[in-house]
Formats: sequence, structure tokens, C-alpha cells
Amino acid sequence: MSRRLLAAVLAVGALLMIFPFVWTFVTSITAGGDVLTTPRLIPEQAGLDGYRKLFEVLPFWRITVNSLVLAVVSTALLLITSSTAAYAFARLDFPGKNVVFVAYLATLMIPMQVLVVPLFIEVRAFDLVDTYASLIVPTIASAFGVFLLRQSVAVLPRELDEAAFVDGAGHIRIFLRITLPLIRPALVTYGLFAFMSSWNAFLWPLVVIRSREFMTLPLGLASLSGEYTVQWNAIMAGSVVSIVPILALYAVAQQHIVQSVAQAGLK
Amino acid sequence: MVGPRGVRKAAVVALFLLPSAVPLLLFTIAPMFGAAWISLHDWNLQSPMRWTGLDNYTRLLGDAATRDALLHTLYFLGLYLPLVYVLGLALAVGLNRRFPGRSLVRSMYFLPVVTSWVVVALTWKWLLNPANGLVNHALEAVGIPGPGWWASAGWAIPSAVVASVWKDAGFVMVILLAGLQSIPEEYLEAARLDGASAWQTFWRVTFPLLTPSSYFVVVISLISGFQVFDQIYVMTGGGPAGASRPLVQQIYDLTFRYGDAGGASALSLLLFALILVVTVVQQRLLRRWVTYV
Repeated sequence: MSRRLLAAVLAVGALLMIFPFVWTFVTSITAGGDVLTTPRLIPEQAGLDGYRKLFEVLPFWRITVNSLVLAVVSTALLLITSSTAAYAFARLDFPGKNVVFVAYLATLMIPMQVLVVPLFIEVRAFDLVDTYASLIVPTIASAFGVFLLRQSVAVLPRELDEAAFVDGAGHIRIFLRITLPLIRPALVTYGLFAFMSSWNAFLWPLVVIRSREFMTLPLGLASLSGEYTVQWNAIMAGSVVSIVPILALYAVAQQHIVQSVAQAGLK
Repeated sequence: MVGPRGVRKAAVVALFLLPSAVPLLLFTIAPMFGAAWISLHDWNLQSPMRWTGLDNYTRLLGDAATRDALLHTLYFLGLYLPLVYVLGLALAVGLNRRFPGRSLVRSMYFLPVVTSWVVVALTWKWLLNPANGLVNHALEAVGIPGPGWWASAGWAIPSAVVASVWKDAGFVMVILLAGLQSIPEEYLEAARLDGASAWQTFWRVTFPLLTPSSYFVVVISLISGFQVFDQIYVMTGGGPAGASRPLVQQIYDLTFRYGDAGGASALSLLLFALILVVTVVQQRLLRRWVTYV
């Protein structure tokens, strides 16, 4: 296949690939009854009907803020707990270190589906069902983050730490002043993935959240599609709102995200 | 004797390790053992637990709804895995050649990967709407009567497969593209000098050297395929009449719909065991099939 033909085929494919996003947006700005008649790329009656309905049927502001706060808080928690543990495994000596590390790795194998029932019971025992705390519980620490960040701490030259030691710095100071700034790229990568996975999470919120006030975006949107009369322009409007922050992150950090996924496969 | 220095050292270790160790212990390791414990009981989440030994496991193995859920999951995997791999591979091979705008095209293919499953499922639920969806309108325009997609028993799982392949093809593409780019140019050059056609070069040189990356995406896709839930739940709710209910939804339904927490826990551990077995078998196959540079 000639290079030009190949490029053309791939470009057409790419347009087809992003077409569902275009269609989501078009539907979201199509007014009322038009949605269900003949589909048009440029709606005959454009309007913000869908967005208005979204705020009528759901406490949509609150749901959006819920998702945002949850994603920010769980990303921050994961970055803190993962980086401190990464430092401990890479730089501190303590009895049983290898055993503890293997135990951390073992938790990577356990799928969320196994944890759902007992975790729900735990959360219920603490009387936390249908609260923000219940949403955050499974995202406080992750062995994946520890593993990822430990690699990047381990490859830092030890001479830097030793020089600081000589100057009288302790581990806390070295961690804050030397290690954290040097592993910033890895923190950004992990932070991006943590944010996206929290923003997109579905199964656990579905299990612990009952009332609309504590719903996250995926939960709220899914609840709309289960209703008897489905309002497609409202659902697509909600999807647009849910995609925008991820799209913004992707636009800024696209190269970074794609690169780190690519590296995952090269081992 | 632990001196004051020893205490200080232990305090430092605790400070760095406990923020992750305590939550992992409480919210991952303890629930794991909790699941094993619950699976040995008859329990509806309310009344006291009643010890039943392995009854839940033996009951599940003969249970029709559970067997159906397993078959739905396997059917999903059987369609999803080859499609997403072949599409991802084709895209990777195409994008491995230089042309203007290549990185833009690549990021367009990757865009669905960062989108949430719920949004992906809703978007395709709308595109594949049997009555008013764009796809059936388009099919109608060329004289083909569109199927009932997610609303019909026969097309529900294929509909979820379409959405899933759309979302994940970019992921497979990026992994395989990185694999392709790590193949030394000299190998391909040597094949060309020996008079191999592009087709022969691909199957005899490129594809074997790509097996480590292929292995990685197949394992990841297989594990996530066994855990399929979000997209099917949103698109079909497991329906119509349970015709597309996957294993994970069966776990969810057993717990929260039928009050059978014991059965659900047993099923979740069986799913876990299934994933482990598949991973181990693949490790074995890996040694036989994968070619490292």
C-alpha cells in the first residue's frame, strides 16, 4: 500500500473513531422532539434543552462537584500513600521488608469484584453507606501506585541522599526535598491515571450510594438511562459534561499519557 | 534491647509505611479473607450467618443462572478479544509508518481509551438504539433492516462488544506500536535483502518479535474481559431477561437482589480463581510461544 493511501485510510478511520463523540455533542444540543425523528448532523432546532433537563431531573451541580471532589481527594491520597511507601521500600531497611512488599504485590491480583461484598459489609458496619467516606475507602492506597513509584525512587542515585545525610538531614527532609521533586514525572503520570480511574469509577459507587445527593457522574448518568422515558439529549448532555474534564487533561498531557501506556507493554 | 535510636528508626518506618499499609490491610486484605469466610455461610446480609461449609460452591456449580452468566462472559470474551487485538494490530502496523499528521491520528484513536465505560456505553446505547439510533437509520437508508441491538437477546452481547472494541482498540494499538518500534531495523532490512515480501516479513519476522507486547495485551484484555460489567450493565442491565448478564453482575445481583451474600462471595472467589488459572496457563504458554529479541 502506498504511503499516501495508507495515511488517507488511517485518517478516515480516525474520523470514524471520533464520530461517536461528535454525535454525542450533536445530540446534546438537539432540542426536544427532534432527537427522536430523522437524525441530523446539524440539528434543525438547536438548543440547550438537554442541559436544562439535566438540572431538572438530577441535582446535577452537586453530582458534578461530587465527582470532582472525589477525584481530587482520592488522587491526593493515592499520591501521598504511594510515594511514602515507595520511599520506604526503596530507601529504608526494616525487618520483614521483602515479605511486606510481596504482600503489597499480592493485593494487585485481587479484583474489585471479590472485595465488593465484604467491603460493603465493612462500610455498613461503620455506618458509612451512602456517604462521601464510603466512596473514598477503596481508593486511599493502591499497591499499583506503590509499585510504580518505587521503581522511580529506586533508580535515583543514592549519593544525593548520602550527601544530605552528611548535612544532617533526616529521612523526612530527604523525602520531601530530594525524592519528591526528582520523581515528579512519575507522580504526574500516576496522578493522571488515579484521577481518571476515580472520575470514571462505577461498580463501587453503584454498590454504596443510594441517594442522588451522593451520586457521582457515571452513577447519575447511568440512572438516567434506566428511566422509563429516556431523554437522550439530556443523557448526551451529561456525557459531554463528563467527558470535558478528561478531554482537557488529555489535551494537555496527551503525549505523557500515551507514552506511559506504551512503556507498560515494553518490559 | 531496642535503644532510643531503634525506636526512632521504627517510628520513621511506621510514618512512611502505615499510610498505605493500614488502608490496604483494612480495605483489601481483610475483605479478601472476609469474602472467603462469608462464602462458607448462608447469609442474606441481615439475619445471623449460618455455617454451610462448601455448600455455596457446590450449589453454584449446578446453578443454571450462574452457568449462563459464565457463558455470557465467555461469549463476550470470544468476540471481544480477537476483534480488539486484530483491530489494534492493524492500527499499530499502519501507524508504524511515518506520514504527516501521524501523532494527531494516533491521539484520535486513543481518545476513547480515556473515556469512562459509562459514557462509552451510553453513547453506543444511543448510536445502536433499535428505533431511533443513527446506525439503524443508516442501515435502513441502504435497505438493510437493522437488528434490535442491545434490546434483543441475540444482539445484546455483540452490542456491548462493539462499544468495548471501540474503547479499547486504541489501548492495544499503543502497546503494540511501542512493541513494533522496539524491533531493530536491521532484522527487517535483512529479511528484505533476502528477498522476503512485505507479507512474509510481517509473519516471519515482525509478528514473532512482537509476541512479548502481544502477550501483554492479551493477558490484560483477558483479565479485564473476565471482569466485564460496566458497559453491559449500562447498555442492557443484563437483559433482556438476563440474556446478557455477565459473571460480575451475577455477583452483584446475588448480593443485592437475591440476598445471597454467601453465594455471591463464593462466585467472586471462583472468578478470582478462574483469572489466576488463566494467567498461570498463559505464563506456561508464554515460555513456549514468545520470542524475545
